[in-house]
Amino acid sequence: MRYWTAFSTIVIKEVLRFSRIWVQTVLPPAITTALYFVIFGTLIGSQLGEMDGLRYVDFIVPGLILMAVISNSYANVVSSFYQAKFQRNVEELLIAPIPPWVVLWGYVAGGVARGVMVGLLVTLVSMIFSDFRIHSIGITLAVFVLTSVLFSLAGFINAIFANSFDDIAIIPTFVLTPLTYLGGVFYSISMLPEFWQQVSLANPVLYMINAFRYGLLGVSDIPVGIAVHIILGFIAVLFFVALYLLKKGIGIKS
Amino acid sequence: MKALRIRNLQKTYAGGVQALRGIDLEVEEGDFFALLGPNGAGKSTTIGIVCSLVNKSGGSVEVFGHDQDLAPEMVKSCIGYVPQEFNFNPFEPVGEIVINQAGYYGLPRAEARRRAERCLRQLELWDKREKQARSLSGGMKRRLMIARALVHRPRLLILDEPTAGVDIEIRLSMWEFLRGINADGITIILTTHYLEEAESLCRNIAIINNGQIAERAEMREMLRRLHQQDVILDVVDPVETLPEIPGYRLKRLDACMLEAEVTAGRGLNDLFEGLSAAGIQVLSMRNKQNRLEQLFLDMVHHHQEGSA
Repeated sequence: MRYWTAFSTIVIKEVLRFSRIWVQTVLPPAITTALYFVIFGTLIGSQLGEMDGLRYVDFIVPGLILMAVISNSYANVVSSFYQAKFQRNVEELLIAPIPPWVVLWGYVAGGVARGVMVGLLVTLVSMIFSDFRIHSIGITLAVFVLTSVLFSLAGFINAIFANSFDDIAIIPTFVLTPLTYLGGVFYSISMLPEFWQQVSLANPVLYMINAFRYGLLGVSDIPVGIAVHIILGFIAVLFFVALYLLKKGIGIKS
Repeated sequence: MKALRIRNLQKTYAGGVQALRGIDLEVEEGDFFALLGPNGAGKSTTIGIVCSLVNKSGGSVEVFGHDQDLAPEMVKSCIGYVPQEFNFNPFEPVGEIVINQAGYYGLPRAEARRRAERCLRQLELWDKREKQARSLSGGMKRRLMIARALVHRPRLLILDEPTAGVDIEIRLSMWEFLRGINADGITIILTTHYLEEAESLCRNIAIINNGQIAERAEMREMLRRLHQQDVILDVVDPVETLPEIPGYRLKRLDACMLEAEVTAGRGLNDLFEGLSAAGIQVLSMRNKQNRLEQLFLDMVHHHQEGSA
């Protein structure tokens, strides 16, 4: 019960934090996605043919939703935990009788809360521009939440190693964004030459986007079972790495 | 019962700097204890280890009988910590900072709110509860950290330079507050650079120097060891020439203020007689607040010579 109270306190604090600055945290992804739909979906997309038997604007919906989930889950945890380190208010948690796994899940849940909130907002925007439908509610929700968990964990690890505000911008800019854009948000990998199809299979984001696309539209370049297992595998690895770093106090204790 | 028992505590930082070289220290329950030492002596490292903010390299820490390695959560539950530097989120409202800290200690939200209200009222911050912490004055920020440290009702309160940078009025009211909670049964350990603060508040002190305990004693006993005290005398008429009074050394601070060095146990009667004989009428007298400073410097100097 004590752990639950501590966990829920971290989550409430995180939700209040990003809600207080909703103009910076929640609104921009909705505007960006609306622009994607107008430009790529409606203006350019109308000039394109079908993709995997779907209108282009409908095809890009899952990728755009998941892109918002990925970037916001990651951004929430990396910025919040790094700020806590920078301002030293992480000490509030270190001196309290909370085991590291509660702290970790608290921050991850905060990241998931923002990822889900922004994801739902982007979903509402997509309903305006596309023929929104859900093929499998179970797979859709599972991939939605698991992807958010995975990138929240990744954001946490980034924050642990970060020593400056530059360090929390480098990974999203030079790793996350390219992986997301090359992960099949805007295209099916079946359009690529054989060699680049094989290269794309090394991109973990491809599995998430395709599994989510299957959940919403029923089409995927990758078998959904494999995609879900890969996501779960990444979550397990990142969780234990983050927990180890937190227990050792890497980057937060001398 | 011992509130704190430290055995052979050692810390070597990653760069190879040996900050603690085997500290042994005990603090009784209910004590008001001062940890003194020059900058870099190891005070903050010791406190950091006790509060689980610094990883120790060796030794053991027990708080109210709970071993830090075996029962870290029990140890943490007993301690309230007020750091030297502000370490709250400056953008968070004051009330939330205290409520959240209570939550981290497992207090349900409703109880956390009640406790936070009591602490904030006690520290005269209740009307600031909705303000962002960054908008508080320096003294208020210090009080906020004390409120946050007390919200889970710790048995041991550790304060690292609690009155650094606050004006004298706030410092005095903070002393009064700390005396009050100590009288209520909370054991207090503080580090301070204001030795007058330790002299005024604490019953026992330890001096750390070069990562070791140089001295550990009762405050009264420490002060008794002083061989000399200085008194300041305000005189009625300006003094141009200082009289020679055997056994006392006089110094002229300004025309109407003198300083006299008095050897311990000598008394002041001869001084006053000598001054009267010289036609100097004393208006008032007070102790110069340097007694502990002097002792502190003597001990650190002595310890350094011993180490060398």
